[in-house]
Amino acid sequence: MKPSGTTAIVLAVLRREMQSYFVSPVAYVFIVIFLLLLGFFTFQVTRFFEAGQADLQGFFQWHPWVFLFLVPAVAMRLWSEERRLGTIELLLTLPVTVTQLVMGKYLAAWLFIGIALLFTFPMVLTVAYLGDPDMGAVFCAYVGSFLMAGAFLSVGSMTSALSRNPVVCFILAVVVCLFFILAGYPPVTGTISAWAPVWLVNRVADLSFLSHFLSLQRGVIDLRDVLYFVSVITFMLYLNGVLVRGRKSA
Amino acid sequence: MIEVDALSKTYSGVPAVEDLSFSVAKGEILGFLGPNGAGKSTTMRMITGFLTPDRGTVRVGGYDVVREPLAARRKIGYLPENAPVYEDMTVQSYLDFIARIRGFGGAQRKKRVDATMARCFLGDVRFQTIHTLSKGFKQRVCFAQSILHDPDYLVLDEPTDGLDPNQKHEVRQMIREMSVHKAIILSTHILDEMEAVCTRAIIIARGRLVVDETPERLRTRSPLHGAVSLSLAPCAVDELTARLQGVEGVDRVALLAAEGTGVTLRVFPRAPEVAIAEGIVRALGIGPFHIRSLFVEKGRLDEVFREITQTPPSATAH
Ligand SMILES: Nc1ncnc2c1ncn2[C@@H]1O[C@H](COP(=O)(O)OP(=O)(O)O)[C@@H](O)[C@H]1O
Ligand SMILES: [Mg+2]
Repeated sequence: MKPSGTTAIVLAVLRREMQSYFVSPVAYVFIVIFLLLLGFFTFQVTRFFEAGQADLQGFFQWHPWVFLFLVPAVAMRLWSEERRLGTIELLLTLPVTVTQLVMGKYLAAWLFIGIALLFTFPMVLTVAYLGDPDMGAVFCAYVGSFLMAGAFLSVGSMTSALSRNPVVCFILAVVVCLFFILAGYPPVTGTISAWAPVWLVNRVADLSFLSHFLSLQRGVIDLRDVLYFVSVITFMLYLNGVLVRGRKSA
Repeated sequence: MIEVDALSKTYSGVPAVEDLSFSVAKGEILGFLGPNGAGKSTTMRMITGFLTPDRGTVRVGGYDVVREPLAARRKIGYLPENAPVYEDMTVQSYLDFIARIRGFGGAQRKKRVDATMARCFLGDVRFQTIHTLSKGFKQRVCFAQSILHDPDYLVLDEPTDGLDPNQKHEVRQMIREMSVHKAIILSTHILDEMEAVCTRAIIIARGRLVVDETPERLRTRSPLHGAVSLSLAPCAVDELTARLQGVEGVDRVALLAAEGTGVTLRVFPRAPEVAIAEGIVRALGIGPFHIRSLFVEKGRLDEVFREITQTPPSATAH
Protein backbone atom coordinates (compact mmCIF):
# COMPACT_ATOMS: atom_id res chain seq x y z
CA MET A 1 0.00 0.00 0.00
CA LYS A 2 1.41 3.35 -1.04
CA PRO A 3 0.03 6.74 -0.11
CA SER A 4 -2.37 7.68 -2.87
CA GLY A 5 -1.81 10.82 -4.90
CA THR A 6 -4.15 13.79 -4.75
CA THR A 7 -5.56 13.12 -8.21
CA ALA A 8 -6.37 9.51 -7.36
CA ILE A 9 -8.20 10.56 -4.20
CA VAL A 10 -10.12 13.38 -5.88
CA LEU A 11 -11.12 10.96 -8.63
CA ALA A 12 -12.18 8.29 -6.12
CA VAL A 13 -14.41 10.81 -4.34
CA LEU A 14 -15.75 12.11 -7.65
CA ARG A 15 -16.51 8.60 -8.79
CA ARG A 16 -18.41 7.76 -5.65
CA GLU A 17 -20.47 10.93 -5.82
CA MET A 18 -21.31 10.27 -9.46
CA GLN A 19 -22.39 6.74 -8.62
CA SER A 20 -24.73 8.01 -5.96
CA TYR A 21 -26.29 10.52 -8.39
CA PHE A 22 -27.13 7.84 -10.88
CA VAL A 23 -28.25 5.02 -8.60
CA SER A 24 -31.03 7.23 -7.30
CA PRO A 25 -33.75 8.78 -9.44
CA VAL A 26 -32.50 12.22 -8.37
CA ALA A 27 -30.21 12.55 -11.36
CA TYR A 28 -32.89 11.71 -13.90
CA VAL A 29 -35.50 13.87 -12.20
CA PHE A 30 -33.06 16.74 -12.16
CA ILE A 31 -32.16 16.45 -15.82
CA VAL A 32 -35.78 16.18 -16.89
CA ILE A 33 -36.86 19.17 -14.82
CA PHE A 34 -33.91 21.18 -16.03
CA LEU A 35 -34.82 20.53 -19.67
CA LEU A 36 -38.54 21.08 -19.12
CA LEU A 37 -38.00 24.40 -17.37
CA LEU A 38 -35.56 25.68 -19.97
CA GLY A 39 -37.88 24.53 -22.76
CA PHE A 40 -40.89 26.14 -21.15
CA PHE A 41 -39.19 29.49 -20.68
CA THR A 42 -37.57 29.46 -24.07
CA PHE A 43 -40.61 28.46 -26.10
CA GLN A 44 -43.56 29.72 -24.08
CA VAL A 45 -42.22 32.82 -22.41
CA THR A 46 -39.74 34.10 -24.95
CA ARG A 47 -41.86 32.91 -27.86
CA PHE A 48 -38.77 31.56 -29.48
CA PHE A 49 -40.28 30.62 -32.84
CA GLU A 50 -42.27 33.80 -33.26
CA ALA A 51 -39.35 36.06 -32.49
CA GLY A 52 -38.10 35.23 -35.94
CA GLN A 53 -34.48 35.41 -34.87
CA ALA A 54 -32.36 32.35 -35.32
CA ASP A 55 -30.15 32.95 -32.30
CA LEU A 56 -30.05 31.53 -28.82
CA GLN A 57 -30.42 34.75 -26.85
CA GLY A 58 -33.90 33.74 -25.76
CA PHE A 59 -32.53 30.41 -24.57
CA PHE A 60 -29.45 31.47 -22.65
CA GLN A 61 -31.10 34.39 -20.86
CA TRP A 62 -33.05 31.92 -18.76
CA HIS A 63 -30.06 29.95 -17.57
CA PRO A 64 -29.29 32.10 -14.50
CA TRP A 65 -32.88 31.82 -13.30
CA VAL A 66 -33.14 28.09 -13.79
CA PHE A 67 -29.75 27.58 -12.14
CA LEU A 68 -30.84 29.76 -9.24
CA PHE A 69 -33.15 26.99 -8.02
CA LEU A 70 -31.80 23.82 -9.53
CA VAL A 71 -28.10 24.17 -8.75
CA PRO A 72 -28.65 24.71 -5.00
CA ALA A 73 -30.92 21.67 -5.13
CA VAL A 74 -28.00 19.60 -6.41
CA ALA A 75 -25.55 21.19 -3.99
CA MET A 76 -27.56 21.10 -0.78
CA ARG A 77 -26.86 17.49 0.07
CA LEU A 78 -23.11 17.59 -0.69
CA TRP A 79 -22.01 18.15 2.92
CA SER A 80 -25.20 18.35 4.93
CA GLU A 81 -26.07 14.75 4.19
CA GLU A 82 -22.65 13.54 5.30
CA ARG A 83 -23.28 15.20 8.63
CA ARG A 84 -26.86 14.07 8.93
CA LEU A 85 -25.98 10.44 8.31
CA GLY A 86 -22.75 10.58 10.28
CA THR A 87 -20.70 9.39 7.31
CA ILE A 88 -18.60 12.53 7.65
CA GLU A 89 -16.91 10.89 10.62
CA LEU A 90 -15.57 8.16 8.39
CA LEU A 91 -14.75 10.50 5.56
CA LEU A 92 -12.70 12.87 7.71
CA THR A 93 -10.78 10.05 9.39
CA LEU A 94 -9.62 8.56 6.09
CA PRO A 95 -6.09 9.53 5.03
CA VAL A 96 -7.28 12.40 2.84
CA THR A 97 -7.25 16.17 3.15
CA VAL A 98 -10.36 18.30 3.36
CA THR A 99 -9.28 20.07 0.16
CA GLN A 100 -9.24 16.78 -1.73
CA LEU A 101 -12.73 15.97 -0.47
CA VAL A 102 -14.10 19.42 -1.31
CA MET A 103 -12.61 19.17 -4.81
CA GLY A 104 -13.90 15.66 -5.45
CA LYS A 105 -17.43 16.45 -4.37
CA TYR A 106 -17.52 19.77 -6.16
CA LEU A 107 -16.16 18.44 -9.44
CA ALA A 108 -18.62 15.55 -9.41
CA ALA A 109 -21.57 17.91 -9.03
CA TRP A 110 -20.17 20.28 -11.64
CA LEU A 111 -19.66 17.48 -14.09
CA PHE A 112 -23.20 16.34 -13.44
CA ILE A 113 -24.59 19.79 -14.22
CA GLY A 114 -22.36 19.86 -17.29
CA ILE A 115 -24.01 16.65 -18.46
CA ALA A 116 -27.45 18.19 -17.95
CA LEU A 117 -26.28 21.20 -19.96
CA LEU A 118 -25.14 18.94 -22.79
CA PHE A 119 -28.65 17.54 -23.05
CA THR A 120 -29.84 20.99 -24.19
CA PHE A 121 -27.87 20.53 -27.39
CA PRO A 122 -30.99 19.82 -29.50
CA MET A 123 -31.75 23.53 -29.01
CA VAL A 124 -28.61 24.40 -30.91
CA LEU A 125 -29.42 21.91 -33.64
CA THR A 126 -32.91 23.42 -34.02
CA VAL A 127 -31.52 26.90 -34.39
CA ALA A 128 -28.85 25.74 -36.79
CA TYR A 129 -31.56 24.12 -38.87
CA LEU A 130 -33.77 27.21 -38.88
CA GLY A 131 -31.07 29.73 -39.54
CA ASP A 132 -27.39 30.38 -39.41
CA PRO A 133 -26.34 31.14 -35.83
CA ASP A 134 -22.84 32.22 -34.93
CA MET A 135 -21.49 28.92 -33.64
CA GLY A 136 -18.58 30.68 -31.98
CA ALA A 137 -20.97 32.75 -29.93
CA VAL A 138 -23.01 29.69 -29.05
CA PHE A 139 -19.89 27.94 -27.84
CA CYS A 140 -18.88 30.93 -25.74
CA ALA A 141 -22.36 31.13 -24.25
CA TYR A 142 -22.15 27.48 -23.25
CA VAL A 143 -18.76 28.07 -21.65
CA GLY A 144 -20.25 31.05 -19.85
CA SER A 145 -23.25 29.05 -18.71
CA PHE A 146 -21.07 26.21 -17.45
CA LEU A 147 -18.81 28.61 -15.55
CA MET A 148 -21.81 30.38 -14.09
CA ALA A 149 -23.28 27.05 -13.01
CA GLY A 150 -19.94 26.32 -11.37
CA ALA A 151 -20.13 29.58 -9.44
CA PHE A 152 -23.68 28.84 -8.28
CA LEU A 153 -22.56 25.39 -7.30
CA SER A 154 -19.60 26.64 -5.27
CA VAL A 155 -22.00 28.81 -3.28
CA GLY A 156 -24.29 25.82 -2.73
CA SER A 157 -21.41 23.58 -1.74
CA MET A 158 -20.26 26.15 0.80
CA THR A 159 -23.72 26.63 2.35
CA SER A 160 -24.26 22.88 2.50
CA ALA A 161 -21.44 22.77 5.05
CA LEU A 162 -23.30 25.21 7.28
CA SER A 163 -26.13 23.00 8.49
CA ARG A 164 -27.13 19.37 8.65
CA ASN A 165 -30.57 20.36 7.39
CA PRO A 166 -30.56 20.36 3.56
CA VAL A 167 -33.54 22.72 3.35
CA VAL A 168 -31.67 25.35 5.34
CA CYS A 169 -28.66 24.88 3.06
CA PHE A 170 -30.85 25.20 -0.02
CA ILE A 171 -32.46 28.44 1.12
CA LEU A 172 -29.14 29.99 2.11
CA ALA A 173 -27.69 29.10 -1.28
CA VAL A 174 -30.65 30.59 -3.16
CA VAL A 175 -30.41 33.82 -1.19
CA VAL A 176 -26.67 34.21 -1.80
CA CYS A 177 -27.03 33.29 -5.47
CA LEU A 178 -29.93 35.70 -5.87
CA PHE A 179 -27.68 38.46 -4.64
CA PHE A 180 -25.06 37.52 -7.20
CA ILE A 181 -27.68 37.66 -9.96
CA LEU A 182 -29.51 40.79 -8.90
CA ALA A 183 -26.36 42.84 -8.51
CA GLY A 184 -26.22 43.01 -12.30
CA TYR A 185 -29.88 42.63 -13.25
CA PRO A 186 -30.82 45.68 -15.40
CA PRO A 187 -33.98 46.62 -13.46
CA VAL A 188 -31.93 46.62 -10.26
CA THR A 189 -28.90 48.45 -11.65
CA GLY A 190 -31.33 50.94 -13.15
CA THR A 191 -32.83 51.66 -9.74
CA ILE A 192 -29.44 52.01 -8.10
CA SER A 193 -28.09 54.32 -10.80
CA ALA A 194 -30.94 56.73 -10.07
CA TRP A 195 -29.23 57.80 -6.87
CA ALA A 196 -25.76 56.18 -6.82
CA PRO A 197 -22.70 57.37 -8.71
CA VAL A 198 -21.89 55.47 -11.88
CA TRP A 199 -18.67 53.96 -10.53
CA LEU A 200 -20.53 52.37 -7.63
CA VAL A 201 -23.20 50.95 -9.90
CA ASN A 202 -20.43 49.44 -12.01
CA ARG A 203 -18.60 47.98 -9.02
CA VAL A 204 -21.77 46.31 -7.82
CA ALA A 205 -22.59 45.07 -11.30
CA ASP A 206 -19.06 43.70 -11.58
CA LEU A 207 -19.89 41.38 -8.71
CA SER A 208 -22.79 39.92 -10.60
CA PHE A 209 -22.84 36.59 -12.34
CA LEU A 210 -25.17 38.16 -14.86
CA SER A 211 -22.88 40.81 -16.31
CA HIS A 212 -20.05 38.33 -16.78
CA PHE A 213 -22.36 35.79 -18.29
CA LEU A 214 -23.76 38.39 -20.71
CA SER A 215 -20.28 39.44 -21.63
CA LEU A 216 -19.32 35.84 -22.46
CA GLN A 217 -22.46 35.46 -24.57
CA ARG A 218 -21.20 38.13 -26.93
CA GLY A 219 -18.94 35.61 -28.53
CA VAL A 220 -15.54 36.41 -27.11
CA ILE A 221 -14.08 34.57 -24.17
CA ASP A 222 -12.74 37.44 -22.17
CA LEU A 223 -10.14 36.27 -19.69
CA ARG A 224 -11.46 38.72 -17.12
CA ASP A 225 -14.85 37.04 -17.10
CA VAL A 226 -13.32 33.60 -16.81
CA LEU A 227 -11.05 34.84 -14.06
CA TYR A 228 -14.04 36.32 -12.27
CA PHE A 229 -15.90 33.02 -12.16
CA VAL A 230 -12.77 31.11 -11.20
CA SER A 231 -12.15 33.55 -8.34
CA VAL A 232 -15.69 33.21 -7.03
CA ILE A 233 -15.44 29.42 -7.19
CA THR A 234 -12.03 29.38 -5.50
CA PHE A 235 -13.17 31.69 -2.76
CA MET A 236 -16.38 29.76 -2.06
CA LEU A 237 -14.59 26.41 -2.02
CA TYR A 238 -11.93 27.80 0.26
CA LEU A 239 -14.68 28.90 2.62
CA ASN A 240 -16.24 25.46 2.19
CA GLY A 241 -13.01 23.85 3.39
CA VAL A 242 -12.77 26.20 6.36
CA LEU A 243 -16.32 25.33 7.38
CA VAL A 244 -15.73 21.58 7.10
CA ARG A 245 -12.52 21.80 9.12
CA GLY A 246 -14.22 24.07 11.65
CA ARG A 247 -16.67 21.34 12.57
CA LYS A 248 -13.81 19.21 13.85
CA SER A 249 -13.17 21.38 16.87
CA ALA A 250 -16.86 22.03 17.51
CA MET B 1 1.59 1.70 20.02
CA ILE B 2 -1.23 4.15 20.59
CA GLU B 3 -0.18 6.70 23.16
CA VAL B 4 -2.76 9.02 24.63
CA ASP B 5 -1.28 11.72 26.80
CA ALA B 6 -3.18 14.17 29.01
CA LEU B 7 -6.05 14.42 26.57
CA SER B 8 -8.80 16.94 27.28
CA LYS B 9 -11.87 18.07 25.37
CA THR B 10 -14.58 20.52 26.32
CA TYR B 11 -17.91 20.98 24.53
CA SER B 12 -18.97 24.61 24.89
CA GLY B 13 -17.69 24.86 28.44
CA VAL B 14 -18.73 21.36 29.55
CA PRO B 15 -15.77 19.01 29.92
CA ALA B 16 -16.30 15.67 28.13
CA VAL B 17 -12.79 14.24 28.54
CA GLU B 18 -10.34 15.42 31.16
CA ASP B 19 -6.65 14.73 31.41
CA LEU B 20 -6.88 11.21 30.05
CA SER B 21 -3.68 9.20 29.56
CA PHE B 22 -3.17 5.58 28.57
CA SER B 23 -1.42 3.52 25.94
CA VAL B 24 -2.08 0.36 23.98
CA ALA B 25 0.65 -1.90 22.60
CA LYS B 26 0.44 -4.38 19.75
CA GLY B 27 -1.10 -7.66 20.80
CA GLU B 28 -3.34 -5.96 23.30
CA ILE B 29 -7.08 -5.57 23.12
CA LEU B 30 -8.00 -2.68 25.32
CA GLY B 31 -11.56 -2.56 26.61
CA PHE B 32 -12.67 1.00 26.94
CA LEU B 33 -15.50 1.03 29.45
CA GLY B 34 -17.75 3.62 30.90
CA PRO B 35 -21.41 4.46 31.27
CA ASN B 36 -23.14 6.36 28.47
CA GLY B 37 -21.84 9.90 28.23
CA ALA B 38 -18.56 9.06 29.96
CA GLY B 39 -16.53 10.35 27.01
CA LYS B 40 -15.64 7.11 25.19
CA SER B 41 -16.70 8.26 21.75
CA THR B 42 -15.16 11.68 22.24
CA THR B 43 -11.83 10.05 23.11
CA MET B 44 -11.98 7.76 20.09
CA ARG B 45 -12.80 10.68 17.83
CA MET B 46 -9.69 12.43 19.04
CA ILE B 47 -7.56 9.33 18.54
CA THR B 48 -8.77 8.98 14.95
CA GLY B 49 -8.41 12.68 14.24
CA PHE B 50 -12.08 13.49 13.73
CA LEU B 51 -11.99 15.90 16.67
CA THR B 52 -9.08 18.09 17.62
CA PRO B 53 -8.19 17.87 21.34
CA ASP B 54 -8.23 21.04 23.40
CA ARG B 55 -5.15 19.85 25.25
CA GLY B 56 -2.93 16.79 25.21
CA THR B 57 -1.55 14.63 22.41
CA VAL B 58 -2.31 11.36 20.68
CA ARG B 59 0.44 9.43 18.91
CA VAL B 60 -0.36 6.49 16.69
CA GLY B 61 2.59 4.40 15.57
CA GLY B 62 4.80 7.34 16.49
CA TYR B 63 2.82 9.90 14.46
CA ASP B 64 1.08 12.77 16.17
CA VAL B 65 -2.54 12.71 14.92
CA VAL B 66 -2.77 16.49 14.86
CA ARG B 67 0.59 17.33 13.32
CA GLU B 68 0.95 14.39 10.92
CA PRO B 69 -2.69 13.44 10.41
CA LEU B 70 -2.37 11.58 7.13
CA ALA B 71 0.50 9.36 8.23
CA ALA B 72 -1.33 8.52 11.45
CA ARG B 73 -4.64 7.83 9.72
CA ARG B 74 -3.06 5.47 7.22
CA LYS B 75 -2.23 3.21 10.14
CA ILE B 76 -5.66 3.32 11.75
CA GLY B 77 -8.86 1.47 11.01
CA TYR B 78 -11.91 3.08 12.57
CA LEU B 79 -15.40 1.82 13.21
CA PRO B 80 -17.42 4.82 14.42
CA GLU B 81 -20.40 4.50 16.72
CA ASN B 82 -23.56 3.40 14.86
CA ALA B 83 -21.46 2.27 11.87
CA PRO B 84 -22.20 5.05 9.36
CA VAL B 85 -21.89 3.93 5.72
CA TYR B 86 -23.14 5.22 2.36
CA GLU B 87 -26.42 3.35 2.23
CA ASP B 88 -27.14 4.02 -1.43
CA MET B 89 -24.08 2.02 -2.53
CA THR B 90 -23.68 -1.70 -2.91
CA VAL B 91 -21.39 -3.49 -0.48
CA GLN B 92 -18.82 -4.10 -3.17
CA SER B 93 -18.78 -0.59 -4.63
CA TYR B 94 -18.53 0.88 -1.14
CA LEU B 95 -15.51 -1.24 -0.24
CA ASP B 96 -14.04 -0.49 -3.66
CA PHE B 97 -14.33 3.22 -2.88
CA ILE B 98 -12.53 2.74 0.44
CA ALA B 99 -9.81 0.72 -1.29
CA ARG B 100 -9.27 3.45 -3.88
CA ILE B 101 -9.00 6.09 -1.15
CA ARG B 102 -6.57 3.87 0.73
CA GLY B 103 -4.33 3.74 -2.31
CA PHE B 104 -4.89 0.27 -3.70
CA GLY B 105 -4.83 0.09 -7.47
CA GLY B 106 -5.70 -2.37 -10.20
CA ALA B 107 -5.74 -6.08 -9.50
CA GLN B 108 -4.51 -5.52 -5.97
CA ARG B 109 -7.60 -3.51 -5.17
CA LYS B 110 -9.94 -6.21 -6.39
CA LYS B 111 -8.05 -8.80 -4.38
CA ARG B 112 -8.23 -6.68 -1.25
CA VAL B 113 -11.95 -6.07 -1.59
CA ASP B 114 -12.66 -9.74 -2.24
CA ALA B 115 -10.51 -10.89 0.66
CA THR B 116 -12.13 -8.41 3.04
CA MET B 117 -15.63 -9.45 1.99
CA ALA B 118 -14.74 -13.08 2.50
CA ARG B 119 -13.30 -12.37 5.92
CA CYS B 120 -16.40 -10.52 7.08
CA PHE B 121 -18.83 -12.99 5.49
CA LEU B 122 -20.17 -10.43 3.07
CA GLY B 123 -19.70 -12.43 -0.13
CA ASP B 124 -23.38 -13.32 -0.45
CA VAL B 125 -24.57 -9.73 -0.24
CA ARG B 126 -21.82 -8.09 -2.27
CA PHE B 127 -24.19 -6.71 -4.93
CA GLN B 128 -26.88 -5.70 -2.47
CA THR B 129 -27.53 -2.03 -1.75
CA ILE B 130 -26.47 -1.34 1.83
CA HIS B 131 -29.79 0.17 2.95
CA THR B 132 -31.49 -3.13 2.22
CA LEU B 133 -29.21 -4.93 4.69
CA SER B 134 -30.04 -5.72 8.29
CA LYS B 135 -28.38 -3.83 11.10
CA GLY B 136 -25.91 -6.64 11.72
CA PHE B 137 -24.79 -6.67 8.11
CA LYS B 138 -24.42 -2.89 8.00
CA GLN B 139 -22.24 -3.12 11.06
CA ARG B 140 -20.19 -5.77 9.32
CA VAL B 141 -19.80 -3.61 6.21
CA CYS B 142 -18.46 -0.80 8.33
CA PHE B 143 -16.22 -3.23 10.17
CA ALA B 144 -14.95 -4.53 6.81
CA GLN B 145 -14.14 -0.96 5.83
CA SER B 146 -12.02 -0.56 8.97
CA ILE B 147 -9.86 -3.64 8.37
CA LEU B 148 -9.59 -3.42 4.58
CA HIS B 149 -6.06 -2.01 4.62
CA ASP B 150 -4.96 -4.39 7.38
CA PRO B 151 -4.17 -1.54 9.78
CA ASP B 152 -1.80 -1.85 12.71
CA TYR B 153 -4.26 -0.03 14.92
CA LEU B 154 -7.96 -0.59 15.22
CA VAL B 155 -10.35 1.74 16.99
CA LEU B 156 -13.81 0.22 17.40
CA ASP B 157 -16.60 2.26 18.99
CA GLU B 158 -19.22 -0.15 20.37
CA PRO B 159 -18.67 -2.72 17.61
CA THR B 160 -21.42 -5.06 18.80
CA ASP B 161 -24.04 -2.49 19.69
CA GLY B 162 -27.48 -3.53 18.49
CA LEU B 163 -26.44 -6.97 17.26
CA ASP B 164 -28.09 -10.23 18.25
CA PRO B 165 -26.11 -12.70 20.40
CA ASN B 166 -24.90 -14.74 17.41
CA GLN B 167 -23.70 -11.70 15.56
CA LYS B 168 -22.02 -10.43 18.70
CA HIS B 169 -20.20 -13.70 18.95
CA GLU B 170 -19.06 -13.48 15.33
CA VAL B 171 -17.73 -9.96 15.69
CA ARG B 172 -15.85 -10.88 18.88
CA GLN B 173 -14.40 -13.86 17.09
CA MET B 174 -13.12 -11.65 14.28
CA ILE B 175 -11.63 -9.19 16.72
CA ARG B 176 -9.82 -11.91 18.65
CA GLU B 177 -8.45 -13.44 15.47
CA MET B 178 -6.93 -10.16 14.41
CA SER B 179 -5.47 -9.15 17.70
CA VAL B 180 -2.10 -10.85 17.42
CA HIS B 181 -0.44 -8.22 15.25
CA LYS B 182 -2.58 -5.25 16.10
CA ALA B 183 -3.29 -2.87 18.91
CA ILE B 184 -7.03 -2.70 19.35
CA ILE B 185 -9.18 -0.30 21.34
CA LEU B 186 -12.76 -1.35 21.77
CA SER B 187 -15.35 0.67 23.60
CA THR B 188 -18.30 -0.98 25.20
CA HIS B 189 -20.62 -0.75 28.11
CA ILE B 190 -21.20 -4.49 28.08
CA LEU B 191 -19.05 -6.07 30.77
CA ASP B 192 -19.26 -9.64 29.56
CA GLU B 193 -18.01 -8.50 26.22
CA MET B 194 -15.05 -6.79 27.75
CA GLU B 195 -14.23 -9.90 29.72
CA ALA B 196 -14.67 -12.19 26.73
CA VAL B 197 -12.46 -10.22 24.38
CA CYS B 198 -10.15 -7.81 26.15
CA THR B 199 -6.72 -8.33 27.63
CA ARG B 200 -6.92 -5.10 29.57
CA ALA B 201 -9.65 -2.75 30.67
CA ILE B 202 -9.80 0.91 31.40
CA ILE B 203 -12.86 2.48 32.90
CA ILE B 204 -13.67 6.12 32.52
CA ALA B 205 -16.36 8.07 34.27
CA ARG B 206 -17.22 11.71 33.63
CA GLY B 207 -14.28 11.98 31.24
CA ARG B 208 -11.68 10.78 33.73
CA LEU B 209 -9.74 7.57 33.96
CA VAL B 210 -10.67 5.61 37.09
CA VAL B 211 -9.26 2.13 36.49
CA ASP B 212 -6.62 0.57 34.26
CA GLU B 213 -6.05 -3.18 34.79
CA THR B 214 -6.87 -6.68 33.55
CA PRO B 215 -10.46 -7.96 33.65
CA GLU B 216 -9.48 -10.59 36.28
CA ARG B 217 -7.94 -8.00 38.54
CA LEU B 218 -11.02 -5.89 38.04
CA ARG B 219 -13.22 -8.67 39.39
CA THR B 220 -11.29 -8.77 42.65
CA ARG B 221 -12.60 -5.30 43.39
CA SER B 222 -16.05 -6.77 43.77
CA PRO B 223 -17.22 -7.06 47.40
CA LEU B 224 -18.40 -10.52 46.41
CA HIS B 225 -14.97 -11.69 45.32
CA GLY B 226 -13.83 -14.69 47.38
CA ALA B 227 -17.19 -15.16 49.11
CA VAL B 228 -18.63 -18.68 49.29
CA SER B 229 -22.25 -19.24 48.32
CA LEU B 230 -23.91 -22.21 49.96
CA SER B 231 -27.19 -23.94 49.54
CA LEU B 232 -28.34 -26.68 51.94
CA ALA B 233 -31.27 -28.90 52.73
CA PRO B 234 -33.62 -27.51 55.44
CA CYS B 235 -31.83 -27.41 58.79
CA ALA B 236 -31.36 -25.45 62.02
CA VAL B 237 -30.22 -22.07 60.80
CA ASP B 238 -28.83 -20.83 64.10
CA GLU B 239 -26.59 -23.78 64.56
CA LEU B 240 -25.48 -23.54 60.95
CA THR B 241 -24.44 -19.89 61.15
CA ALA B 242 -22.71 -20.46 64.45
CA ARG B 243 -20.68 -23.27 62.97
CA LEU B 244 -19.78 -21.21 59.90
CA GLN B 245 -18.71 -18.26 62.04
CA GLY B 246 -16.30 -20.55 63.75
CA VAL B 247 -14.46 -21.42 60.55
CA GLU B 248 -10.95 -19.99 60.30
CA GLY B 249 -10.88 -16.81 58.16
CA VAL B 250 -14.61 -16.15 58.06
CA ASP B 251 -15.70 -12.56 58.54
CA ARG B 252 -19.48 -12.78 58.45
CA VAL B 253 -22.34 -14.93 57.27
CA ALA B 254 -25.25 -13.51 55.30
CA LEU B 255 -28.47 -15.48 55.22
CA LEU B 256 -30.07 -15.11 51.79
CA ALA B 257 -33.09 -17.39 52.15
CA ALA B 258 -34.43 -19.88 54.70
CA GLU B 259 -37.57 -21.67 53.56
CA GLY B 260 -39.14 -25.05 53.94
CA THR B 261 -37.36 -26.18 50.79
CA GLY B 262 -33.86 -25.20 51.82
CA VAL B 263 -31.39 -22.62 53.07
CA THR B 264 -29.09 -20.40 51.04
CA LEU B 265 -26.45 -18.19 52.51
CA ARG B 266 -23.22 -16.48 51.66
CA VAL B 267 -20.04 -16.56 53.71
CA PHE B 268 -17.59 -13.69 53.41
CA PRO B 269 -13.89 -14.08 54.19
CA ARG B 270 -11.96 -11.46 56.17
CA ALA B 271 -10.07 -10.50 53.00
CA PRO B 272 -10.72 -11.51 49.36
CA GLU B 273 -7.52 -13.56 49.15
CA VAL B 274 -8.31 -15.68 52.25
CA ALA B 275 -9.53 -19.11 51.15
CA ILE B 276 -12.39 -20.37 53.28
CA ALA B 277 -14.07 -22.99 51.11
CA GLU B 278 -12.12 -25.91 52.48
CA GLY B 279 -12.73 -24.91 56.08
CA ILE B 280 -16.45 -24.65 55.42
CA VAL B 281 -16.63 -28.09 53.85
CA ARG B 282 -14.78 -29.57 56.78
CA ALA B 283 -16.96 -27.77 59.37
CA LEU B 284 -20.21 -28.89 57.78
CA GLY B 285 -19.00 -32.34 56.78
CA ILE B 286 -19.47 -33.72 60.26
CA GLY B 287 -23.23 -33.31 59.85
CA PRO B 288 -26.14 -32.98 60.23
CA PHE B 289 -26.06 -30.63 57.24
CA HIS B 290 -26.61 -31.65 53.64
CA ILE B 291 -24.77 -29.40 51.22
CA ARG B 292 -26.60 -29.14 47.90
CA SER B 293 -24.20 -26.72 46.23
CA LEU B 294 -21.20 -24.67 47.12
CA PHE B 295 -19.19 -22.28 45.02
CA VAL B 296 -16.61 -19.57 45.39
CA GLU B 297 -17.74 -16.26 43.89
CA LYS B 298 -15.34 -14.65 41.44
CA GLY B 299 -17.03 -11.32 41.84
CA ARG B 300 -19.49 -9.50 39.69
CA LEU B 301 -18.14 -7.07 37.16
CA ASP B 302 -21.36 -5.13 36.95
CA GLU B 303 -21.11 -4.40 40.67
CA VAL B 304 -17.55 -3.23 40.31
CA PHE B 305 -18.54 -1.12 37.35
CA ARG B 306 -21.44 0.46 39.18
CA GLU B 307 -19.42 1.22 42.24
CA ILE B 308 -16.51 2.68 40.32
CA THR B 309 -18.49 4.83 37.94
CA GLN B 310 -21.03 6.17 40.40
CA THR B 311 -18.90 7.35 43.29
CA PRO B 312 -16.86 10.53 42.86
CA PRO B 313 -13.45 9.82 41.26
CA SER B 314 -11.54 10.87 44.37
CA ALA B 315 -13.20 8.12 46.41
CA THR B 316 -12.07 5.40 44.01
CA ALA B 317 -8.55 6.63 43.34
CA HIS B 318 -6.17 3.72 43.36
N1 LIG C 1 -21.05 17.27 19.66
C1 LIG C 1 -21.28 17.41 20.97
N2 LIG C 1 -21.65 18.60 21.47
C2 LIG C 1 -21.86 18.78 22.77
N3 LIG C 1 -21.72 17.82 23.70
C3 LIG C 1 -21.36 16.60 23.28
C4 LIG C 1 -21.11 16.33 21.90
N4 LIG C 1 -20.75 15.03 21.78
C5 LIG C 1 -20.76 14.52 23.03
N5 LIG C 1 -21.13 15.45 23.93
C6 LIG C 1 -21.21 15.26 25.39
O1 LIG C 1 -19.97 14.80 25.86
C7 LIG C 1 -20.12 13.78 26.81
C8 LIG C 1 -19.37 12.53 26.38
O2 LIG C 1 -20.02 11.97 25.25
P1 LIG C 1 -19.51 10.68 24.50
O3 LIG C 1 -18.05 10.81 24.26
O4 LIG C 1 -20.38 10.48 23.32
O5 LIG C 1 -19.79 9.55 25.59
P2 LIG C 1 -19.85 7.96 25.42
O6 LIG C 1 -19.39 7.59 24.07
O7 LIG C 1 -18.96 7.45 26.51
O8 LIG C 1 -21.28 7.57 25.65
C9 LIG C 1 -21.62 13.56 26.96
O9 LIG C 1 -22.02 14.25 28.11
C10 LIG C 1 -22.21 14.16 25.74
O10 LIG C 1 -23.48 14.70 26.00
MG1 LIG D 1 -20.35 6.59 22.60
